[in-house]
Amino acid sequence: MSALRKPKLKPNKIVSMKEAVQDTVTPGCDLYIEGFTHLINFAAGHEIIRQGIKDLTASRLTPDLVYDQLIEANLVKKLVFSWAGNPGVGSLHGLRRRSQKDSTSRIELEEYSHFGMVSRLLAGSSGLPFWPLKNYQGTHIADSNSKIKTVTCPYTGEMFATVPALHPDVAIIACQRADQEGNAQVWGLMGTQKESAFAAKKVIVVAEEIVETSVIRRDPNRTLVPGILVDHVVHEPWGCHPSYAQGYYDRDNAFYVQWEEISRDPKTYQDYFNEFVFGVNDRKGYLSKLQSGLMDKLKAKPRKCEGVDYGY
Amino acid sequence: MATNAPVNSTAPITPSERMAVRASLELQDREVVFVGIGLPNLACNLARVTHAPQLFMIYESGTIGTLPARLPVSIGDPTLVTDSLAIVSQADIFQCYLQGGLIEVGFLGGAQVDRYGNINTTVIGDYNQPKIRLPGSGGACEIATHSQRVLIMMRMSPKSFVDHCDFITSPGSKMESNKPGRDLHQSRSALKLPGGGPTKAITDLGVLEMIDGEFTLTEIYAGVTVDQVKQNCGWDLKISSTLKVITEPNPEVISILRNRIDPDRMYL
Repeated sequence: MSALRKPKLKPNKIVSMKEAVQDTVTPGCDLYIEGFTHLINFAAGHEIIRQGIKDLTASRLTPDLVYDQLIEANLVKKLVFSWAGNPGVGSLHGLRRRSQKDSTSRIELEEYSHFGMVSRLLAGSSGLPFWPLKNYQGTHIADSNSKIKTVTCPYTGEMFATVPALHPDVAIIACQRADQEGNAQVWGLMGTQKESAFAAKKVIVVAEEIVETSVIRRDPNRTLVPGILVDHVVHEPWGCHPSYAQGYYDRDNAFYVQWEEISRDPKTYQDYFNEFVFGVNDRKGYLSKLQSGLMDKLKAKPRKCEGVDYGY
Repeated sequence: MATNAPVNSTAPITPSERMAVRASLELQDREVVFVGIGLPNLACNLARVTHAPQLFMIYESGTIGTLPARLPVSIGDPTLVTDSLAIVSQADIFQCYLQGGLIEVGFLGGAQVDRYGNINTTVIGDYNQPKIRLPGSGGACEIATHSQRVLIMMRMSPKSFVDHCDFITSPGSKMESNKPGRDLHQSRSALKLPGGGPTKAITDLGVLEMIDGEFTLTEIYAGVTVDQVKQNCGWDLKISSTLKVITEPNPEVISILRNRIDPDRMYL
């Protein structure tokens, strides 16, 4: 990717999730749906499944349930990752069915550690071809991935591992609030949201809330992704359930536990798709299918900070 | 921590509880610890409410100086964010905190461990034709590489304490190369690994200590025999000549663990 980029200045980028996905996620593209437990945008994943966009290379440190759903829907050709599981619960069964010796069909895997994946994004976001890290000596990780190489430090002569820059075609970044230009503010866990947005060719920001630009300007330190990177802004309240948005709603831990049962059998997995993905048109439809009272239960209890003085 | 109806503190102590209590004793007050989910999480939070109130907990998700109000189900639980001293990006956690050398204690577990403390969390079987595909490294490789010392928490069985890891995800004291032509065993210092590597493995049968680069059984729980430990180990385990017996945890600590730390029995 060229180091020179065209900043995306446009006053109003708000579109529906359907439009945002149609315009950016194409068959065979390199997709990055960001989120590290926090702010994982399931709404985007479900829309991609509804649109049936195939042959994806899906990258992320922690492919979790939503990536497994893309895999089970047979949309993923290759997975680039560092930890694939259902956090605190168990395995990703769609992936397991496609990654073991006895699997009838297999997807391609390209595997790093978290630090390796982060480093790939750091290189991608800063316009460098690779990133060095003091890692992988003595392990079989580098032996099993030919993209992990080494470099000799020109100052000390020490040898470091290197990983190549990652440039997703599309990064989908969830945030608590953004303005219409896509200036996105995030608090709580920040994952690799900033790095993946800067590394990607196209960026979709998905916000729990759309606010006036003046709200963003009142607290500029909280802006993680600047609007000049952003192609589309989608307003999608509760877009991350069963993941969470700090200050908005809690993680639906019970769902993650239930998922083990749902996903183990391809039949119940398909039943889930039929009800919650294909059985609805959009996120509103999904939310209307949640058990009554669940959203009230998960709604965050307020815990406000006092804010700071930006005066001079 | 939440308080539910008190659980019977006189019920027999479980292996998980023994491990959590024994591991908590490894932690000193004011140490900087990289907390993993599951049993390490219990051990750290138990230490914090017993003998190490100023234990400085860092979670992989980026929370620094963490004070969880409930037992987190995952390392990214929102309770870790509220009241922490700082929240940092993944880039900062791995580059500045781990590679920067600030982590004093790291916790690891896995599907397989060998006598040198090498750990496999990647595959069972051949990498390209795995019998079982496991989650992969996550942050484990860098925790093993950079922490000043590593504590391993795993249940013993011949399938998990193996002569040979099918894949080395996280480096121990010596690594066996799977490439022909390389030295069979490479030490951490030869490989210039910055951290100190595994110092102890806290298991459900006893404690193995890294002595001269190899795990040696140094402690067993009351009621466990050396034969039992040997039967559950896939290599010819060295036994310390000064083997200690671990006394049962006192009921007060068990009560804290059951009623305060993990009232919903998520991990116990």
